[in-house]
Amino acid sequence: MDKTLYTIIVHSENIAGLLNQVTAVFTRRQINIESLNVSASSIKGVHKYTITCLTDKETVENVAKQIQKKIDVIQVNYFTDDDIFLHEIALYKLSTPEFTECPMASKVIRRCNAHIVEVNPVFSIVELAGMTEDITSLYEQLQALGCVLQFVRSGRVAITTSCFEHVNEFLEDRKQKYEQSKE
Amino acid sequence: MDKNMNNEIITGAEALMRALEDHGVKTIFGYPGGSIMPVYDQLYDHRDKLNHILVRHEQAATHAAEGYARVSGEVGVCLVTSGPGATNTITGIADAMIDSTPIIVIAGQVGSAFLGSDAFQEVDLVGITHPITKWSYQIRNAKDVAWAVARAFYIAKSGRPGPVVLDFAKNAQIEKTEYTPTIIDFIRSYVPIPNTDKQSIKEAAQLINNAKRPLVLVGQGIEIGNAQKELRTFVEKAQMPVGCTILGLSTLPTDHPLNMGMLGMHGNLAPNVKTNECDVLIAVGMRFDDRVTGNLGTYAKQAKVIHFDIDPSEIDKNVKTDVAVLGDCKETLAAVTNLLVENNHKEWVDSFNEFIKLEHDKVIYPELHPSDENLSMGEVVRAVSEATNHKAVLVTDVGQNQMMSARYFKYSADRSIITSGGLGTMGFGLPAAIGATFGAPERTVCAFMGDGGIQMSIQEFGTIMEQKAPVKIILLNNNFLGNVRQWQAMFFNHRYSFTPMMNPDYMKIASAYDIPSARVMKREELQDAIDKMLSCDGPFLLEACVIEEGNVMPMTPPGGSVDKMLLEC
Repeated sequence: MDKTLYTIIVHSENIAGLLNQVTAVFTRRQINIESLNVSASSIKGVHKYTITCLTDKETVENVAKQIQKKIDVIQVNYFTDDDIFLHEIALYKLSTPEFTECPMASKVIRRCNAHIVEVNPVFSIVELAGMTEDITSLYEQLQALGCVLQFVRSGRVAITTSCFEHVNEFLEDRKQKYEQSKE
Repeated sequence: MDKNMNNEIITGAEALMRALEDHGVKTIFGYPGGSIMPVYDQLYDHRDKLNHILVRHEQAATHAAEGYARVSGEVGVCLVTSGPGATNTITGIADAMIDSTPIIVIAGQVGSAFLGSDAFQEVDLVGITHPITKWSYQIRNAKDVAWAVARAFYIAKSGRPGPVVLDFAKNAQIEKTEYTPTIIDFIRSYVPIPNTDKQSIKEAAQLINNAKRPLVLVGQGIEIGNAQKELRTFVEKAQMPVGCTILGLSTLPTDHPLNMGMLGMHGNLAPNVKTNECDVLIAVGMRFDDRVTGNLGTYAKQAKVIHFDIDPSEIDKNVKTDVAVLGDCKETLAAVTNLLVENNHKEWVDSFNEFIKLEHDKVIYPELHPSDENLSMGEVVRAVSEATNHKAVLVTDVGQNQMMSARYFKYSADRSIITSGGLGTMGFGLPAAIGATFGAPERTVCAFMGDGGIQMSIQEFGTIMEQKAPVKIILLNNNFLGNVRQWQAMFFNHRYSFTPMMNPDYMKIASAYDIPSARVMKREELQDAIDKMLSCDGPFLLEACVIEEGNVMPMTPPGGSVDKMLLEC
């Protein structure tokens, strides 16, 4: 079956142990999480998980519903890359002596819009924020020049491009319905 | 309640007692131990309101709570200690999860200061139980008790029910707190009943109104939603035949003319075969378990599928749905029924008769009237069912005893079958039956089990003895682990690898526990023994020595199609 990279965005209450419950849904179905980012969201007390995985539409739909079922999960949505604005950040640790002897490396870094954020006699650190492919491409080019000591890439952070804030709407709707039921 | 009492400063353990009482708890199944002692000490003063049933193993406490919950619709409550006490409840919790049974397991835990230090009898219960609970929470402060208990009851019982674990740290049991009675009926992140899309009601009704060959599959959701009447009106209005999952067998009386029997691997022939002939398949409160569907690749491919469920994650999980009707089936069924035109699918309904007759001639008649001089499992089950006027609660263990009793017992009242459907837990039957006698003290509870399963919970004879719990235990003894033996015969070339089993003298065991008993070897003795069992006030063990190599038929072989059931092996 054709696999697509899906970005699943989960909003939940800020409760210890919830990450485990969310990732367990993937483990049970033997789906590898490609990247994972957890942070506070714009709503007070609400945490946001950005998870990417390679799978098919049917599976991602089922996974989303099973995550949604967890009591403290507020909302789950999944997206393809067309529906979101996404970014990742990467750090590249280069050997300073080799880096300075290789003018090509500086060119590559400039061409990719990466920044040198630290230089000392032993190593230098380059930072790049961008799309997955840009980050991989820079890594491959620097690697080919033989000066990469370490490489690390963050999980994806993503923001929906739709003009609706689903979570706010959801919480508002929940509150209203509950108050109506009490009248 | 006295107002001043509310503001009294009490211990966390006492707060637990009050919270349980405030939620209407009357029965607790439990077993004490070190980390839960402050709670047990408090319970001693609440014996007048909280009836604590001392089981003989914590697993039995969970199954008893399940039996209690399933027969009554109320939340079953267990109380156990930390460590091994807590891990012993895992099987019951998983069982309750997969069969949507509302239970709350309250376990002791080491004091907060010791958490994570591998302290004596410390286990990460919350971590272990996350995947098998609706909610699992550790109470570390006495002030959280009222809130946690209120949340536990709301979550366990609302929406699609399920188990909740409260891991109660010892310091929180001892610490003092102010207690305010708390009821929770709203959690912003939790939607127990999803909104019903009005369009889906219309579309479902339209599909059904145009159907020539509709088939309704019902599951436990009907019992949980108390929608038995709505179901009846729904199927009668359009005269639609019904197949029941094992957990949904008593949603419609067995003798109802539209009830075509049980679905699944060992279900009845007609509803299984007809699943692959219907033009509209209407599933209500069931989840297309693989034991029901057999090979999904050949399952009801010709039919449009309507799925009524309260749990959105069940939609399209196993079978692709054309119309999903989300919501509480009591309301959605009624709403769809309103839009149905009265119909009469006589030809379609009559077409089931061919398969009913075929199964009757090939399987049911020979099972109920065996040529063998030994008793068959089916005839024992049917005789017991008849002797109770088909009004008893059937509790089963797991295996051949389960399939035989589900098939040959008849149901005339709601909530009349308690069995471990999803998890298939051997050892479930005896403790679940004990729980059922407390959940429905006015009903006769018949527990069918095999010689394998009874020994997995045989220690509960002690509980039955102590409580005089009126469980009518019918042991179908074939000296084999029968279900596995049947598979070995059919699929493993008759290699009976560790399925023959040496049995103890069950009469001696019963007598040691002071439980009246009878052993039946011959057909002539059966009726008298059943009469004796049912007229006896209290528990009874009836051991029926049945045909050793009896088989449950018909059967959809694993991975087979529902319309290709085997009638003989």
